[in-house]
Amino acid sequence: MSDTHAQSVAFVRETEIPQSPPPALEAGAVKWVRENLFSGVFNTVLTLLALYVVVRFAIFVFPWFYNGVWEASSRKECIDILREAGKGTGACFAVLVDRWDHLVFGFKYPPEGYWRILLAFLLLLVAAAPALFSSLPRKLLMFTAFYPFLAFWLIWGGSLWLPLTILGLIIATMLVFRLISSQIPVNNRQIVSGVIGVICGAGLAYLLFIGAQELVFIANSVGTEGVISQVAYGVFWIMAIFTFVFCVPMGIFVGYAIYNSYEDGGLVSIVASLLFGYLAFVYLLSPIWMALNSIIPIELQAVASRDMGGFMLNMLLGTICVSLSIPLGILLALGRQSPMPLIKGVCVVFIEFIRGVPLITLLFVANVMLAYFLPPSSNFDLILRVIIMITLFSAAYIAEVIRGGLAALPKGQYEAADSLGLDYGQATRLIILPQALKISIPGIVNIAVGLFKDTTLISIISMFDLVGMIRGPIQNSTEWTSVYWEVYGFGALLFFVVCYSISQYSQWLERQLNTSHH
Amino acid sequence: MAQTSQMTVSDEVAIEITNMNKWYGTFHVLRDIDLTVQRGERIVICGPSGSGKSTLIRCINALEEHQKGKIVVDGTVLSSDLKNIDKIRSEVGMCFQHFNLFPHLTILENCTLAPIWVRKTPKKEAEETAMHFLEKVKIPEQADKYPGQLSGGQQQRVAIARSLCMRPRIMLFDEPTSALDPEMIKEVLDTMIELAEEGMTMLCVTHEMGFARQVANRVIFMDAGQIVEQNEPEEFFNNPKSERTQLFLSQILGH
Repeated sequence: MSDTHAQSVAFVRETEIPQSPPPALEAGAVKWVRENLFSGVFNTVLTLLALYVVVRFAIFVFPWFYNGVWEASSRKECIDILREAGKGTGACFAVLVDRWDHLVFGFKYPPEGYWRILLAFLLLLVAAAPALFSSLPRKLLMFTAFYPFLAFWLIWGGSLWLPLTILGLIIATMLVFRLISSQIPVNNRQIVSGVIGVICGAGLAYLLFIGAQELVFIANSVGTEGVISQVAYGVFWIMAIFTFVFCVPMGIFVGYAIYNSYEDGGLVSIVASLLFGYLAFVYLLSPIWMALNSIIPIELQAVASRDMGGFMLNMLLGTICVSLSIPLGILLALGRQSPMPLIKGVCVVFIEFIRGVPLITLLFVANVMLAYFLPPSSNFDLILRVIIMITLFSAAYIAEVIRGGLAALPKGQYEAADSLGLDYGQATRLIILPQALKISIPGIVNIAVGLFKDTTLISIISMFDLVGMIRGPIQNSTEWTSVYWEVYGFGALLFFVVCYSISQYSQWLERQLNTSHH
Repeated sequence: MAQTSQMTVSDEVAIEITNMNKWYGTFHVLRDIDLTVQRGERIVICGPSGSGKSTLIRCINALEEHQKGKIVVDGTVLSSDLKNIDKIRSEVGMCFQHFNLFPHLTILENCTLAPIWVRKTPKKEAEETAMHFLEKVKIPEQADKYPGQLSGGQQQRVAIARSLCMRPRIMLFDEPTSALDPEMIKEVLDTMIELAEEGMTMLCVTHEMGFARQVANRVIFMDAGQIVEQNEPEEFFNNPKSERTQLFLSQILGH
């Protein structure tokens, strides 16, 4: 009110006050230093103290790097070289040169196949690019979808026809889905869904019947010696009788539910295509790829999963598990919000169970325990078991992060989507998930980075990833027996580069997706 | 009012609600609601907060479930059948108090999303329709911006355009101006008046009594989950019958 005067209260501004620059001390580097480093006595003391520590550390570490020996065949030789040169301290980087292949590829991967790994890695960058940067042409995603099959062939070797046949069967299954959901005329749909309903219902009833017989067998093998056995015997018999009684009604119920959804076509086509896919994988996969391979053999030297190792194994597990656990986590998070009690219950129990168990326990289960539960004939690949366990583990955590994102969305977004007539799938895919995932990016990246570093835990179940290589073959060798700083420092550097890149990408992505400011 | 008489109301029934009841848990929010809306009718619903007026119009497009009674919208009975619900929702547009635009999509994408995915309109055609309606609400130049970059009044007009892109036969407005600055209320009301003049069937929950006088051909007063009084606007405002209505009107028009 300084412009008003006692004699004339009315006031009209006629010229606008122009903008002027802030005082010199309030802008630029000077301001930053003043505010952040020397804003008071206490902060000035802290700044000087920190500066002193940094300088002392640099004085200590720099000669160690600078004097580092790069060419030697053992640690003893390193020390000799340093002593001859009259240098007191120095790193023995020769171990990295000498064991480079082992650190990166593991010690059993055939050296003539290293190019395959490098090629797979380079192609990974190409395949990941369109998924990470939405400005690239969407057509490149075709290569991203094809990449897993190509990478599988490059890394594990064997016949190219195996992954190609798997890809073909997946595409065939999707085509069956499309065909049933759209091509079959409406008046035939009832018959088709009837047939599929009968097949699935009968199949389910048959499976339950077999299961019931199995339960009787277990009950009889437990016997009735002692109280505990008697209880178990009773429980198994009750379960068996229950299954016997309900196998046919369950079959009829499921079959009828499938038949009843003929108008929609959704459930029918999903069930039918899954049925087709299952049968195709069981009965068609090996004949087809073997036949194709005998006609035109395209083969690389096969490498067993046991022979994978080094940093490559960490990258392999990290990439696969992250890319599998994000979609699985999304499904779990949505399932946990579902109004259907069965789906919700399954998701809650799964998430809470996995979160309550340490990863290392799950890895031991993958390594040792699964062998007891699976039929003796099944030959389940060790890496596959580890991938499943790490994926389930991180999916449970990612699900909780995404649930937080879903909860943070205003209810109005769901209502607006509903009021426009979008169905659940459309609303989730187009409105809810894009926003919920954007909120969840920091949390998801946090878990992805953690997961990537946790892949080193497999060294405990005697797999030779980067840490396993260092702990095992390198430090147990006579030449490099007490080298610690160099190898672990190198390992830390590799992990840091990858994790820091992920973190930088996520920050860039958050800025890209920010639509709230001008 | 002169304008009101020009707007025609047909004999066709757009919405028919009979004996509808709703509870939140044990709380009886809507009691024995009977309401018939002719095509082309413009109804303003007012009443104190918590009287169930928002809940009533949210029942019409099944954002809220009613437990008893019957709602027929455009000849389709509202039941728990998802197909009927989706059909009704694509015929009934709705504007919310807080606009509820999709913040991750541009204005144009907000407007074309539902036509493309629900109506399966080709993208180009949907964009042309969207631009037509954005011009109608007088913000075509904002089409490529994001909702967060627009003022409240602009956002609400986009929300109206977004609903119109689905070519609804009925529009529901749930306090469309309550979250707006006074300066912006007029621009939204002007858009709504224009819409009314074109003969759109409208149900508005609002406290804008000027709007009610000018546009509505029926005003409904609700209290405690019941319809207390309904009448033509002139009669409703000048000569309210029930004591509760008189009290309400004296409180909102008193100063």
